[in-house]
Amino acid sequence: MENNIRDTHLKNQSKEPIIETKGLSVFYNNRLAIRDINIAIEPNKITAIIGPSGCGKSTLLRTFNRMNDLIPGARVEGKILYNGIDINQKALDPVGLRRHIGMVFQKPNPFPKSIYDNVAFGPRINHYTGNMDELVETSLRQAALWDEVKDKLKESGLALSGGQQQRLCIARALATQPDLILMDEPASALDPVATQRIEELMIELKEKYTIIIVTHNMQQAGRASDNTAFMSLDRENIEARIGILVEYGKTEQLFTNPRNKETEDYITGRFG
Amino acid sequence: MSEKVFASSAFNDNLDSRQRKARIWQTILLACTLLGILVLTMMLVDIIVDGAGWLSPTLFNNNHSRFPEKTGMNSAIYGSIYNVLLTALFCFPLGVAAAIYLEEYAPKSKLTNFINININNLAGVPSIVYGMLGLTVFGRMFGLFAPESPLVNFFNLPVEAGNVGGLKFNLFGIPGLIIHLPFGRSLVAGAMTMSLLILPTVIISSREAIRAVPTSIREAAYGLGATRWQMIRTQVLPVSFPGILTGIILAMGRALGETAPLIIMGAFMYVPFLPRNIWDKFTTMPIQIYNWITLPQPEYNIHLAAAGIIVLLLVLLGMSALAIFLRNKLQVKW
Repeated sequence: MENNIRDTHLKNQSKEPIIETKGLSVFYNNRLAIRDINIAIEPNKITAIIGPSGCGKSTLLRTFNRMNDLIPGARVEGKILYNGIDINQKALDPVGLRRHIGMVFQKPNPFPKSIYDNVAFGPRINHYTGNMDELVETSLRQAALWDEVKDKLKESGLALSGGQQQRLCIARALATQPDLILMDEPASALDPVATQRIEELMIELKEKYTIIIVTHNMQQAGRASDNTAFMSLDRENIEARIGILVEYGKTEQLFTNPRNKETEDYITGRFG
Repeated sequence: MSEKVFASSAFNDNLDSRQRKARIWQTILLACTLLGILVLTMMLVDIIVDGAGWLSPTLFNNNHSRFPEKTGMNSAIYGSIYNVLLTALFCFPLGVAAAIYLEEYAPKSKLTNFINININNLAGVPSIVYGMLGLTVFGRMFGLFAPESPLVNFFNLPVEAGNVGGLKFNLFGIPGLIIHLPFGRSLVAGAMTMSLLILPTVIISSREAIRAVPTSIREAAYGLGATRWQMIRTQVLPVSFPGILTGIILAMGRALGETAPLIIMGAFMYVPFLPRNIWDKFTTMPIQIYNWITLPQPEYNIHLAAAGIIVLLLVLLGMSALAIFLRNKLQVKW
């Protein structure tokens, strides 16, 4: 099992979806939160998940690295295939999975440790055997932060600005050498300049990584993503507040020529 | 004036009367605050006036004597310090471990709820109850090791009679590591009783410190592939450590001032020597002070008692200051 995951970088060269869900539903304490999601994420692309508040975007994102396991009462139905592997099977340890699927959170959340120790944290807990200094430098370079922090690696990560903190969190995620990075509204707490830097960084990173980003900001989805998934609450039963996938396709097509009326309303700002 | 400006309004706003009421309440609240502070200050001044002149090296270096000018509380100071340190040694691992389990691992169930409620209840149990418990469990061990007890007779244990009798053996055969059963009137028995007494407080304050660690860094650690224990060890414990430490130091302060349980445990006696090891008898500062107050001469029951209280307060103040210093120094600024 572990070995299958370890070789994913090779498998990535193919056009096979890196993540594919089949009839995915998530329950919190037996209350349905998202229903019957079928989505296939292309490798080395940026996929944006957009939609109104409370429609389950983050819930969907968090099923991909099984972060929902940490919420008491959360339950998943259906299948999630990561490079063809069912990640909810009993034999798979989510702790091992999470090294391969990095995550960047809404609010920058560096550890109250030095910049170096922040980046080295993931490799250390996963018993990285290579040269740590090199790995830290490479990760910080990839996150476009190296030049700003190379002289103060021993200083606290909390001393950085918000945008720098978020890039530190990206560097930290890259250091465990994942091939998929989940970003949960990574720029929502940042100013426009810092936001732009994160977007540019995402576009650089998709050379080597696949990125799934949840965003409230439609311009951001339009600018940065290749594919967009639009989620919304099920209209048939609006009281139950069940999130569904309304439309999924190429960003360009979804933004200019949406197939669904609800998508169009949302994109043109008529609701949401 | 405002009444005139807004005279046509349908509100009878009665502003003067409302503001007067507000001022009255402010005065009452201030008076209550000052009253408490005043009484405390009076007590402190009284104690300092009575006792300050008796603070001398003799007080720290000598033991109790029948001559007031030669008397001191040396063995009580050391007894208190040893007792509190030993208490911390027992209490720290147990309390922190329980706090970690309850905050990080315990499932939300009826049993957990029951335990939570009762930890809070235990923190409010009168200390004399812990004294009784300590005497029975640690001091006498239910009489299991008394001569002719069923256990002793059945296993034919080599117990000694008398005050410090019972069973003595070397744990794992290591020479210095002697265990006395029961613990009797020793420092061990006293410290274990004190540990029981402050354990609920330690658990509660440690849990608060652990709970204050933001979810965001827990998630960050999990997101990088940390196991639960790795997350706790590398994030939760370092971040919550200052808070845990503060709670333990303050709880130790409480143990330092406790008298009742130790009186029951048999520390209420004349101990003219320093404890040589953890199985020795001991006495503590509050007990020494209580002892002096019961003596008829005013040198003892006024002046020396006050001097003893000053010493005790200084030690307590020092511990609180240390707690505040450590908290400010080690605390993570988010």
